[in-house]
Amino acid sequence: MSFFEFMSLYWPRLMSGTGVTAAQFLLGAVLTVGLALVFGLMKMSSNRAIKGFAVVYIEIFRGTSLLVQLYWIFFVLPLFGITLEKFTAGWVAIGLNAGAYGAELVRGGIMSVPKGQWEAATAINMSAARRMRRIILPQALVNMLPAWGNLMVEILKGTALVSLISVTDLMFEAKQINASTYLSAQIFGTALVIYYILARFLLTPFMRWLEGFMARKLGRA
Amino acid sequence: MEDLSGFPLEIVGENSPMVSFKKVRKSYGSLVVLDDLDLDVAAGEMVSVIGPSGSGKTTVLRMLMTLEKINGGVIYVDGKPLTHMDKGGKLLLANDKHLRTRRSDIGMCFQHFNLFPHMTAIQNCMEGPVQVLGLSKAEARDRGEELLELVGMIDKKDQHPSRLSGGQQQRVAIARALAMRPKVMLFDEVTSALDPEVIGEVTNVIRKLVSEHNLTMLMVTHQMGFARDISDRVCFFYGGKIEEQGPPAELFGNPKRERTQQFLSAVKEAV
Ligand SMILES: Nc1ncnc2c1ncn2[C@@H]1O[C@H](COP(=O)(O)OP(=O)(O)OP(=O)(O)O)[C@@H](O)[C@H]1O
Ligand SMILES: [Mg+2]
Repeated sequence: MSFFEFMSLYWPRLMSGTGVTAAQFLLGAVLTVGLALVFGLMKMSSNRAIKGFAVVYIEIFRGTSLLVQLYWIFFVLPLFGITLEKFTAGWVAIGLNAGAYGAELVRGGIMSVPKGQWEAATAINMSAARRMRRIILPQALVNMLPAWGNLMVEILKGTALVSLISVTDLMFEAKQINASTYLSAQIFGTALVIYYILARFLLTPFMRWLEGFMARKLGRA
Repeated sequence: MEDLSGFPLEIVGENSPMVSFKKVRKSYGSLVVLDDLDLDVAAGEMVSVIGPSGSGKTTVLRMLMTLEKINGGVIYVDGKPLTHMDKGGKLLLANDKHLRTRRSDIGMCFQHFNLFPHMTAIQNCMEGPVQVLGLSKAEARDRGEELLELVGMIDKKDQHPSRLSGGQQQRVAIARALAMRPKVMLFDEVTSALDPEVIGEVTNVIRKLVSEHNLTMLMVTHQMGFARDISDRVCFFYGGKIEEQGPPAELFGNPKRERTQQFLSAVKEAV
């Protein structure tokens, strides 16, 4: 079978797998951003219970492996009565894991905003919540965006693990095709290229654009 | 807890001061920065604060802006306690809610401007009026433009701070503070971070405020000539206390205390 024949035969399955990978990434990334914001802010709280809760979350999800977390969520949680569909279990595990890393980025970004900004906002009598939302977070966001670019690429790469709970993503399709054709070099080579294109030619340029866009909004560019 | 029964719940009377520090103490660990400070500022008065580095000048302003917690005594603004609240006839340390209601009387300008970098000049001036005072955007814009006109920055109203010189940023910062319509304005070395050739554009704005507006002002400065020109009174701080104070002509022309004389002659030599 020529490479061309091979491709025309399996291209549709690879594409549908790529679609699932993209969906896992997008849903996981959205959850990551939400959790990162919530737990990043909670970790900076002066309330010890709130802060403690955030510290525990961050420690657990950064301190253990994504694969083990994925298995826990898919295989163990049902024993406690929480059953997630495999597709959902996939992106939820990804979001919970990356959210813990993102929370540290949020905290670091907030702390990188100069003290004078907090004081100037207080001097015009802003409430703590408004000060955070209107003054501190926008600046923190710009400062932490480069690090978020890296985290996003990590999330994309991490999605390959969901194939291990039989989510039909790109990696899962590649393994299936390999099992029936034994054309390992062709099929995993193609998967590799697709992951690379997603990361380097879609995700990274988008994050760069976002950085530039935010910098312009700050009047820095 | 500190016994505050000797402090009034309110300062009433026709000539009651706009700002009143009563036995105010501030320390960082074992370092006492303000030591039983008493200072009254009358409504409409311009008071300059001078003194050596570390004498507590900035701390006085920061406490009045409620950026620092008080360790002793009470600060009153417009007759009512700022740092404390009246709970059933007793003064208790102010909570956030009380600070937010009382702080609106005070505005502050900082040495390093601290403009919001993600907002243009006019947006900087509109932020407080819209978000805090609840003005409509149109009202806030009118008010902001009027003030940018006053400080001579109307041409640059749509520029971000990064596109403005230090002197221009400081003038926008003054407009931003004024947009909240404070009764008391605080200036902490607002010209110290500026190149010499642009200091005048900021001091001219302050001069204008003194002559045309009925604001109460407290200004920390190292510019003795400027302080002498525009102040109603000058306070010389030393070691967290007011070592000497009086009308500028007297304090600069005929200082009584030895430390004041030493400080003033040291400053003169440095120029
Ligand atoms: N956050 C802080 N923690 C510890 N010490 C502080 C803090 N802020 C100020 N101090 C100390 O308090 C003292 C008074 O500081 P302050 O800033 O009021 O001085 P200043 O008169 O404004 O001096 P300068 O002319 O240098 O601005 C200094 O000894 C300073 O080191
Ligand atoms: Mg100072």
